[in-house]
Amino acid sequence: MHRFANPARFLRIANACFPWLAAVSGLSLAAGLWFALAASPADYQQGDTVRIMYIHVPSAWMGMFCYVALAVFGAMGLIWRHPLADLLGRATAPVGAAFTFLCLVTGSLWGRPMWGTWWVWDARLTSMLLLLFLYLGHMALSNAFDDRTRGDRAAAILALVGVVNVPVIKFSVDWWNTMHQPASVIKMGGPAIDRSMLVPLLLMALGFQTYYFVVLILRARAEIAGAKVESIRMAQVLGSGGEA
Amino acid sequence: MAAFFAMGGYALFVWPCYVLALAVMAGLLVNSLLRARAAETELETVRQNRLDRPRRDKEVSA
Repeated sequence: MHRFANPARFLRIANACFPWLAAVSGLSLAAGLWFALAASPADYQQGDTVRIMYIHVPSAWMGMFCYVALAVFGAMGLIWRHPLADLLGRATAPVGAAFTFLCLVTGSLWGRPMWGTWWVWDARLTSMLLLLFLYLGHMALSNAFDDRTRGDRAAAILALVGVVNVPVIKFSVDWWNTMHQPASVIKMGGPAIDRSMLVPLLLMALGFQTYYFVVLILRARAEIAGAKVESIRMAQVLGSGGEA
Repeated sequence: MAAFFAMGGYALFVWPCYVLALAVMAGLLVNSLLRARAAETELETVRQNRLDRPRRDKEVSA
């Protein structure tokens, strides 16, 4: 049973935090939506399309955050062979992929009216598309082998190699000429965005961040239970009984 | 109210963003809930089966 001692402790802490995370996520998303759709002003240049930002920007942040998390879990899995790190990586990849997908599609829906095009192959957009492919590659690799551990190893290496893409995404708007506007929140000298728009943006970001933790816990629970089922079955096949 | 839904003429761009975000995030949440429930139910079943069946190693050691 010692193999799952740490996942058991993780489950205890995670299950204690779960209702609080779910409540914070639900409340901040509800408040964020109210501000984003009704109680915040239209932009003086972009009109009501600025409301797309309240989905687009938190999705982009989460797409990058989840990838960094994926790389950290990958490193932990490779260095310490910690089964929990592999489980958390498996649980994180689909969430990151979902957020990156949302970022790309909402960006496209924002680009059409404001830039006059759905898509341009510039640095920011292309590196974000690459991020989506890295997530899909991670999900495919981790399930590509009959032996789960081999899949986890391969996916962890991909996560670590691919993390170089994250600073490229972040600084692409400074390093290259691009259609995409530069950062206005996370930048030197503080946010260059009015409070009436910063508040809904941060509320949505908090809602997305806690949503990630909620989904992470649920998917980790599924992975942990699945791994236990597998080890019991394996033990029965080998005739030794008991959990590894 | 009509002005709210019109989104200053950008309704066709703003609303799909929100509907898609809702669909993707709710879909992923439901999928994760169902996976957790299914896996934990299966674990219960497997554990129950193991308890019901006498184990060879116990017989040997007994």
